[in-house]
Amino acid sequence: MQMDIQSLLIISISAVFISNFVLSRILGLCPFIGVSKQLDSALGMGIAVIFVMGVASAVTWVIYQYLMLPSDQNLIYLLLKGHIQNPPNLVYLRTLVFILVIAALVQFVEMVIQKTSPGLYRALGIYLPLITTNCTVLGVSILNIDSNYNFIESVVNGLMSGIGFTLALILMSGIREKLELANLPKAMRGTPIAFILAGLMALAFLGFSGLTIR
Amino acid sequence: MKIKEVISKGIWTENPVFRLMLGICPTLATSTSVQNAIGMGIAVIFVLTFSNLLISLIRSIVPDKIRIPIFISIIATFVTIVDLIMAAYVPDLHKSLGLFIPLIVVNCIILGRAEAFAYKNTILFSVIDGIAMGIGFTVALSLIATFREILGNGTWLGNPLFGSSFEPALLMILPSGAFFTIAFIIAFLNDLDQRRKRHDKPAVQ
Repeated sequence: MQMDIQSLLIISISAVFISNFVLSRILGLCPFIGVSKQLDSALGMGIAVIFVMGVASAVTWVIYQYLMLPSDQNLIYLLLKGHIQNPPNLVYLRTLVFILVIAALVQFVEMVIQKTSPGLYRALGIYLPLITTNCTVLGVSILNIDSNYNFIESVVNGLMSGIGFTLALILMSGIREKLELANLPKAMRGTPIAFILAGLMALAFLGFSGLTIR
Repeated sequence: MKIKEVISKGIWTENPVFRLMLGICPTLATSTSVQNAIGMGIAVIFVLTFSNLLISLIRSIVPDKIRIPIFISIIATFVTIVDLIMAAYVPDLHKSLGLFIPLIVVNCIILGRAEAFAYKNTILFSVIDGIAMGIGFTVALSLIATFREILGNGTWLGNPLFGSSFEPALLMILPSGAFFTIAFIIAFLNDLDQRRKRHDKPAVQ
């Protein structure tokens, strides 16, 4: 149990700081540049992403382990035991299945939130459809599988990666709000200066890469 | 609409990366070397061309309301094909691109072209658009990779350009270098546009 908590802590710190999704892996830049103009919308988008990444990590892990991997616990194999000899190997369908699951999941989450809490829906509503094409969600689902994480590790990695994304987004929006007042060369206004900022922030986050945890 | 126009749009006037700001994530993440950039570009050209072809082929029978899931399934199928082919024939490149091959699915260029072009145009134009946009993406990617590889590693396509005394700026290979490079390229293009506008104005008056 001690080992478990330790490994979860390592996963958390590395997901938030060391290999931050935006600043170190360079994923999810569209919302990072697009939704970082105001602090409020950045916070809304961030919470929606944390939520969806956590749920998506859990769901894709279960689907991959129990429907797609050729093991004795494969549910398709157990259901059709008399009809097929070997457990089916559906690993090659991973990309297709994951993206469809994520798209359906986002739609489902949107409907549930709409029915259960209109307040939250009003806050997150416009961000949820954008999340399907946010590469962080598919990225974290695939990374969980590639890193051989177990169920709890996957969920923690999903949530923490979402928090790392939100951290970068909030920092960025804070700086950009101030930047509105700055006197910039005309050509640098808008997207170019946002990229320069992202570069400087990535440089700052590079400092965390010296962090080794044992 | 002429074929020539579609081609020039894809490569220059509506360049997916620099003009439309689509597909920024894979552009920045895989442009650490020119070799990676070209590999990624070819993968995207393949997926974009074939998904445009298939979507344009079936556009009359696709119900309007569920077109996006259908597009995504088609794109994911071609991405899986590319993924498996690359894993089999160029395992080194596949390894260094890693996560970014399956992430072609969520590359906004491909879904964007499916929705904005292939769904409304004939097969021939859709295929040409796919190839042109794919080449535009590859050119942008290679340009960024050229800057980053020369400055950050002192090589181009793996060939050393400078003597052994050259000290590469490691920064350019790191994520920061990608952000700085694209920022300056976009700023340069903005400046070019503004100059042209300023230049055009007196002529109008």
